[in-house]
Amino acid sequence: MFNRIFHRVWEWLDDRTGLPGMIGKTAKHLVPPDAKWCYVFGSATLCAFMVQVVSGVALAFCYIPSASEAYATLQFISNEAPFGHLLRGLHYYGASAMVLMVGLHMARVFLAGSYKFPRELNWATGVLLLAFTLAMGFTGQLLRGDQNAVWTVVVAAEQAGRVPFIGQWLAHFILGGETVGGATFTRFFAIHVFIMPGFIFAFVGLHLWLVLRHGISEPPKAGKLVDPKTYRREYKELIEKSGKPFWPDAAWRDLVFCAAMIVVIAVLALISGAPQLGKPPDPGIIDATPRPDWYFMWYFAVLALLPHGSEQYFLVYGPLLVGVILIALPFVFNRGERSPQRRPWAVAIVLMTVVMIAVLWVKGVKSPWSPNFEAQPLSASVVGATNGPVFLGAQLFHDKGCLDCHLIAADGGRRGPDLTAVADRLSANQMILKIANGAVNMPAYAANLTPAQMDALVAFLQTRTIQRP
Amino acid sequence: MNEPSTEPSSGCGRASPAELSRRKFLSRLSFAAGGVGALIVMLPVAGFILAPFFKRPKEVWRSVGKVESFRIGETTAVQYDDASPLPWAGVTAHSAAWLRRMNTDTFIAFSINCTHLGCPVRWLPKANLFMCPCHGGVYYEDGTVAAGPPPLPLPRYPVRVKDGDVQIQTSPIPITK
Repeated sequence: MFNRIFHRVWEWLDDRTGLPGMIGKTAKHLVPPDAKWCYVFGSATLCAFMVQVVSGVALAFCYIPSASEAYATLQFISNEAPFGHLLRGLHYYGASAMVLMVGLHMARVFLAGSYKFPRELNWATGVLLLAFTLAMGFTGQLLRGDQNAVWTVVVAAEQAGRVPFIGQWLAHFILGGETVGGATFTRFFAIHVFIMPGFIFAFVGLHLWLVLRHGISEPPKAGKLVDPKTYRREYKELIEKSGKPFWPDAAWRDLVFCAAMIVVIAVLALISGAPQLGKPPDPGIIDATPRPDWYFMWYFAVLALLPHGSEQYFLVYGPLLVGVILIALPFVFNRGERSPQRRPWAVAIVLMTVVMIAVLWVKGVKSPWSPNFEAQPLSASVVGATNGPVFLGAQLFHDKGCLDCHLIAADGGRRGPDLTAVADRLSANQMILKIANGAVNMPAYAANLTPAQMDALVAFLQTRTIQRP
Repeated sequence: MNEPSTEPSSGCGRASPAELSRRKFLSRLSFAAGGVGALIVMLPVAGFILAPFFKRPKEVWRSVGKVESFRIGETTAVQYDDASPLPWAGVTAHSAAWLRRMNTDTFIAFSINCTHLGCPVRWLPKANLFMCPCHGGVYYEDGTVAAGPPPLPLPRYPVRVKDGDVQIQTSPIPITK
């Protein structure tokens, strides 16, 4: 009996709104039968975005985007509000999931040549969505208003400052003035909560409309070329002959994968919560180690490793060029071979990108270029002396900052070469020259050491040979 | 007259020239009205959002300590507030500088912002060097670049001694071009 009531209500709604019928028809549109697990990443990205919207709205019930209060509300959310810690964790891991999924989705589409005719605008809108996703990640980290956020916004402003002509203006726009202050947080809140999501909703709508209009692309076959004159007819034939309804024959994979992704996000959020809050957002606290969230770590490595003076090319023109190339891709290469088996350049590009990002990411996490401010004075057993020039030299090696950048017996920094066995490579005179004159990445100590100090330092370094324990 | 029109028309194929030109006028009027409405709203919105482009706060002198509290030849961290901070700025209204006393009456105030990408540099007193925690920049005690990616020496803020107080003038964060 309830079945009948349900059906009558359903039919009444369909008559008055037309929506149930429309949704039903759309959900059951035909898709290629062999589009399987590789095709889940687009909806996984959307699902991650939904997690972000829901958790973000919840957080907004408590978060105050004011420079003076954001930190206190974040502490409250993390430590006192019921489920607050979990919610922050969901929002952080949801962001990580969205970035990961958008990358996988983009790689799959690129490798399968799905961006070709007639889906050029699917790709173009997708590239914009990628940019918006990264912008959300960046502005989101800023809103986690601790000390790291302050320096993140300063570094962003300094990068914007490298843009020709309008650099200074852009920098001040980002800061909301000439320094970090009351105007900084609020504008990033407006961007992160209103402007960017508005764009995302609009472009996701357009993106999905285009997917429905052109249909899910069939998996590519080696030798089957895309010809704009015949593709639409061939696709229609394929779909009519062997297409399956999206719901439930294909949609079940999307839903299972999304559910699994949400479980992973939730488990991670439960186990480790959101990133620990750093010190309060006080630009007057000089002791800071600014770092971006993991999905930007590789870019942090780029900033550290790029050739001196080439910031404008790597930070402004480079990304601009990449953006132009990405958007132009389907318009330049909109026909021909789709299969990755016949497109070695496409495979190489994806592999190289993944390897580059992975390598730079590892480097970024280790950040060997940063001085090791925590390096402790070398122990007596390592030094091998408790008085005399060698002992004095070891003290100077720590006090003068050498240990911040060089290793002695696995202790110290990794900016410069490991000096554990330097005496096997350099003579005393060579050492004096090196220390006095410095190098591109090493200060010159000539004015910083007295002759007696230099002698002691070299005496210590001359004891650094491979035979030492 | 309802004679069939020879011009291409959108919609009713029986519209007279008079009706067509009326429709053209009405659609142009609609666009114009919409445009005026949008402009009236967008101008103040754009002005509001872009305000920092034009506003320059009046810089002020801030006291950071008595002259005697700074030893000659030493570099110390000092904190002070920005010029005219907003009431809700909280701790973000703070600024810092590295103050070095050269002799009895000369001071240098270095910006803490590394000229590479703005991270706060630390002063290592025994090493006589500023070191940046981000990408490996190092500066000598006079602010010139010793090593790493920074393209320029540490910027200096205006500093003076007034009535026995050392004062630093608030300044914008130095943005490297």
